Amino acid sequence: MSYCRQEGKDRIIFVTKEDHETPSNAELIPEDPDDPYEEQGLILPSGDINWNCPCLGGMASGPCGSQFKEAFSCFHYSKEEVKGSECIDNFRNMQECMQRYPELYPQEEEKESSSQAESNSGSVSATPTEGSALPPETDSTAGTSTSESTVSSDSTSPTDNQIAS
Amino acid sequence: MLKCRTVWKKLAPLARASSNVCRQNVRRTGLTNGRIPAHVPAAHMSTGPAGGGRENQLYILLVGATFLGGGVYAYRTVKGDQQRYQERIDEISSRPHRVATQVPAAPILSEPPVDIVPASLKVPSHTPYLLIGGGTASFAAARSIRARDPGAKVLIVTDEPDLPYMRPPLSKELWFSDDPTVTETLRFKQWNGKERSIYFQPASFYIPPEELESAENGGVAVLTGRKVVHMDVRGNKVKLDNDTEISYDKCLIATGGMPRNLQVIERAGEEVMEKTTLFRKIEDFKSLDKVSRNINSITIIGGGFLGSELACALGRRSNESGLEVIQMYPEKGNMGKVLPEYLSNWTTEKVKSEGVKVISEALVKSVTCKDDKLEIQLKDGRLVKTDHIVAAVGLEPNVDLAKSAGLEVDSDFGGFRVNAELQARSNIWVAGDAACFYDIRLGRRRVEHHDHAVVSGRLAGENMTGANKPYWHQSMFWSDLGPDVGYEAIGIVDSSLPTVGVFAKATAKDTPKAATEKSGTGIRSESETEDTATSPVASSTPAPAMVQHKDDYGKGVIFYLRDKVVVGIILWNVFNRMPIARKIIKDGEEHADLNEVAKLFNIHED
Repeated sequence: MSYCRQEGKDRIIFVTKEDHETPSNAELIPEDPDDPYEEQGLILPSGDINWNCPCLGGMASGPCGSQFKEAFSCFHYSKEEVKGSECIDNFRNMQECMQRYPELYPQEEEKESSSQAESNSGSVSATPTEGSALPPETDSTAGTSTSESTVSSDSTSPTDNQIAS
Repeated sequence: MLKCRTVWKKLAPLARASSNVCRQNVRRTGLTNGRIPAHVPAAHMSTGPAGGGRENQLYILLVGATFLGGGVYAYRTVKGDQQRYQERIDEISSRPHRVATQVPAAPILSEPPVDIVPASLKVPSHTPYLLIGGGTASFAAARSIRARDPGAKVLIVTDEPDLPYMRPPLSKELWFSDDPTVTETLRFKQWNGKERSIYFQPASFYIPPEELESAENGGVAVLTGRKVVHMDVRGNKVKLDNDTEISYDKCLIATGGMPRNLQVIERAGEEVMEKTTLFRKIEDFKSLDKVSRNINSITIIGGGFLGSELACALGRRSNESGLEVIQMYPEKGNMGKVLPEYLSNWTTEKVKSEGVKVISEALVKSVTCKDDKLEIQLKDGRLVKTDHIVAAVGLEPNVDLAKSAGLEVDSDFGGFRVNAELQARSNIWVAGDAACFYDIRLGRRRVEHHDHAVVSGRLAGENMTGANKPYWHQSMFWSDLGPDVGYEAIGIVDSSLPTVGVFAKATAKDTPKAATEKSGTGIRSESETEDTATSPVASSTPAPAMVQHKDDYGKGVIFYLRDKVVVGIILWNVFNRMPIARKIIKDGEEHADLNEVAKLFNIHED
């Protein structure tokens, strides 16, 4: 059973696991996915890419930012059967640029980046996965995972749906 | 003044020389009444005794030409000297001003900076985006601007010699590193073995300031060792401490602040000041690390986040080195202004178990230096003898530019007063520690935490590129005090507010260490914002056995209420639930039963 105590203005409640087993009846305001104030995930409600998403880890703002944006945009809007097949040149430009900054874009992450970028663009997944932590000093983790736990706070809508009763 | 003297010194011999030439010419052309000297200087052609008309004319021409030549030579030499002099002065003043911090008594035992990024002599005269200050808020804004404005050119101006870095590890992870070269590398290993530097990006990320204007795709340039001393808002330009002017389209002020000092120490004199550290920057970390290895006793004055973290970090060291670590503060317990009293007392016990001698309810009356030791006299009569003091008594926001820029300074919280969109005036935004902003939910406030610097910096960057969004995503903060006590907090967490705490008994699984090991990320707060670094304290010694009694605050949630609405939440040893806490604060609803709200956090689960 829970145990309660008052110390001046502070109230202290001790609860057992059983006390908290019954679902909460606290009411939370339903989220508005189009709220312009909210932090957006990778894909905005309009369908555009949110280049400022923390999940991109600064890929869009580094020295190879413009190449990255071109490549990723091309892929995102691609309507081809093999998505992004017409974007090879853009990706090649991006790769060439990244090779000029090995300190910022470690080369072994390269292959991961491009394949992950493809798989991630389709979903605004907010579920924190056990993705690898941001490698030090690189911007290359955009591809590695958008579903990295960084997104959990930024796409608050999906998270909140989980807890709204 | 110095300039004049030096220029005159250079001019003088030339002046003398040219005046000699003058006088000699005058004599020779017969303009004086005096006799023509028999001896003619070798430098000038002698055409023999004055005589004959035609010869005279030629002579006059020659003399005139020589005079002109001499004058031109003198002029060019002086100009060249001036230029060389100016360049030399520029070079000297561009060296990092480590001594400049001694102005309102910032006494630190600092080492000369070893590897500094040399300040460029050529600075762009105009930049579309100017960020004043090179800290966390500035970097976050730079990143935001670059993401939203393709090809943006961003210039960061900082008076520090370092590129932008994150501050939390300076009082946390860096102290627990096994690497003996950590003060040089400034890298730390997280729990999962992954290492990172405190610098947000290595030097190769930035472009040199002189290349900013011509950079095809833009970029971020950092001008180190330069202070902005004057701001002309009407003219949209600033002036640096070397009189260089830079004009801008949009400007961010992210000047942060300087550590406060105790008045008694400031008045105590040079000897005491030399043995006092005001902790904020990389150089402070380096010097404190060095000092703490060479002394017997150190005292930290201040019982807040920084003071407590440093006390715990140094207390940990005391196990190996025998260093006496004392922490003193006026409150009753550690974090007395943040945690409700019962929790503050509990935390103080934990701090003591880290090897710290805690002196609470201590008001410092005077500090003197006797026989190379410091004597701290407390108001209640107690005397504490120690070798070195670390003052962690708050931050003074840096609003030096307010006067010249005509910006409003907030009298309640300090800092530049800005609106909900972080804007001070038309093209000027303020973010980070120096910003007193309007929070739509919680009211006007000023926040001095790392995540706030990231969130507000990013928001300012968005608004500088046309977003017009108010401060809405609530920032959070965290602290670890030893391996057993870790908490994350959000909103207004002020111990003077009524609180409701809901606790469960903690098991061995509920520690910061366990949280990171489980989630596989080395950084506990990575779930919040990337580029924040925290990792629980590395424990080489086994954690002290927890005293199990009825009121053991192992883990739980504490709600801070203002007019029955939750305005702040602390997650006490429960992790990865910040989104829920954020949601509750955002809703701003009155909840009849906070125990029901606490259920949302699943505090019994991992």
